[in-house]
Amino acid sequence: MWKFLSLFFLFSTPILAEEIGRIAAPEEIAAWDIDIRPDGLGLPEGSGTVAEGEGIFEVQCAACHGDFGEGVDRWPPLAGGFDTLDSERPLKTVGSFWPYLSTVWDYVNRAMPFGDAQSLNVDEVYALTAYIMYLNEIVDDEEFELSKANFLDLPLGNEANFYPDDRETTEYPFFTEACMTDCKSSVEITKHASGKDVTPE
Amino acid sequence: MSNNSGPSRRKFLTTGLAAGVAATGARAGDPAITDVQPWAQVLGKGVDERGYGVPSPHEAHVLRKSVPWLTAEDTSSINFTPLHQLDGIITPNGLAFERHHSGVAEVDPAEYRLMINGLVDTPMVFTLQDLMRFPRHNKVYFLECTANSGMEWRGPQLNGVQFTHGMMHNVMYTGVMLQDVLAEAGVKTEGKWLLAEGADAAGLSRSIPMEKALDDCMIAFKMNGEALRPEQGYPARLVLPGWEGNMWIKWVRRLEVGDQPWHHREETARYTDLLASGNSRRFTWVMDAKSVITEPSPQAPILHGKGPTVITGLAWSGHGVIPRVDVTIDGGVNWHQARVDGPSLDKSLHRFYFEFDWDGKPLLLQSRAHDTTGYVQPTKDALRKIRGEVSNYHNNGIQTWSVDSDGVVENVEIS
Repeated sequence: MWKFLSLFFLFSTPILAEEIGRIAAPEEIAAWDIDIRPDGLGLPEGSGTVAEGEGIFEVQCAACHGDFGEGVDRWPPLAGGFDTLDSERPLKTVGSFWPYLSTVWDYVNRAMPFGDAQSLNVDEVYALTAYIMYLNEIVDDEEFELSKANFLDLPLGNEANFYPDDRETTEYPFFTEACMTDCKSSVEITKHASGKDVTPE
Repeated sequence: MSNNSGPSRRKFLTTGLAAGVAATGARAGDPAITDVQPWAQVLGKGVDERGYGVPSPHEAHVLRKSVPWLTAEDTSSINFTPLHQLDGIITPNGLAFERHHSGVAEVDPAEYRLMINGLVDTPMVFTLQDLMRFPRHNKVYFLECTANSGMEWRGPQLNGVQFTHGMMHNVMYTGVMLQDVLAEAGVKTEGKWLLAEGADAAGLSRSIPMEKALDDCMIAFKMNGEALRPEQGYPARLVLPGWEGNMWIKWVRRLEVGDQPWHHREETARYTDLLASGNSRRFTWVMDAKSVITEPSPQAPILHGKGPTVITGLAWSGHGVIPRVDVTIDGGVNWHQARVDGPSLDKSLHRFYFEFDWDGKPLLLQSRAHDTTGYVQPTKDALRKIRGEVSNYHNNGIQTWSVDSDGVVENVEIS
């Protein structure tokens, strides 16, 4: 393989032959290139059911995320919070807030369980993703099996409510004034931090 | 209280001199002068006592600190730079705030690799030594966490500039241009996005538009002249001038070129801006102009009583330099142009001062940054009017400190 790559290197792009670094081997790329995208790019072959995911979740995830994905202490809740995004206390979960299911698969695969990252196999990641869908009422059948083949069939609900940064039109034109003298007739303190008792020593 | 718009050096000196004379007349002799101090008599420590120097024991209280109730535990948490105890524009390496998602990755530099793959002509691997063979550049940039001041959206909460504004540091990076490294692999024309990924246990990943990657981004391996600290991404991190800190991937191990963004966790579930409407802004990368008075502030009260008083603070913008900072001492009735002192560098912290004679009456202090685009730092009310109170991120509103007649300072909001 290396010999082939070297020859390829030499004849096809000679300018690189004396340059910095080396060609990445396919097995090296396979080892590190674990990301997936909303269009399914990067998803490996595999599958897992809600019921399988529930069993893994109880052992690997529930201690922090709670049995029903409600979140323990300050750990993130994964489920619930529907119709809260426009309230004073929005609850941002996979079901209420996340725009893409692929993000769940990618994050579980790359960073979970917390403290033992990249220890789950592909089928376990599919199963956990299926269970998180179940916790969020995206599927209601414990036998539902999530796989590469049906991954794009059940999108999350909040995708349409995200839009690109628009500060350039909605904010910047309005933040240009700088009054210097007699800018107000009176000043009152309206809110205090004291008494809240939340500041560390 | 005088409302002099600029510092009057003569007045400052005259007042100071009068105070000095009064003080001298009040006591027979200052023991700090009349007694022989131990350091003036006996030999101190020799060279090599400390191969790596540390601050004076008298500075042992100058520390990064966390807010324990903020996060579940300390490996996925944040601490804060003690801005009230620093001056100038450079943050010392050991005091630069930390934010980790799965703790500090202790990377062995001999085992460090950077991979470039995806839509490139040749997927490549670089060692740390390889990276150091590209042309090096030195740049001072601020890094501000998108959540800096995020706990203050609904109202003043934390009584200290360290906690309201300390998710920020400003150091000189030495590194190589990302465009030079990418060129080695050869970005294909359809390659419009870059996925940057860390080697930590979070595998922290962000999508970066290629336009930014090829503009001013760096792969840095030094901060303030020495190797990056482990908590800042040793041995190599990304630098994205003016953009939110979460994107400055630490322990960077892989760059993948693609034709679309990846929409990973840190750019969907987190680091998006939920508005009162229930809709959310995403890809809000640039950190807008902001400033804060670091002293006096709740952790740095005025201890000297009335008379000559120095107000100092920091101003910065992800859009460029800071041509002007205004300061008010009466809660925004009248403003005065502050004096920016020290280097005015692109996308770097700027240090400002405002000197005045304090009459000992209560003060309401604010600062207001201008940047090169004509943008003027807004009030918190102006931001809340547009965004609501649940955005968490990108709070660049004007900060108010209330100073009472004893010099005690409180975090407040005013009408």
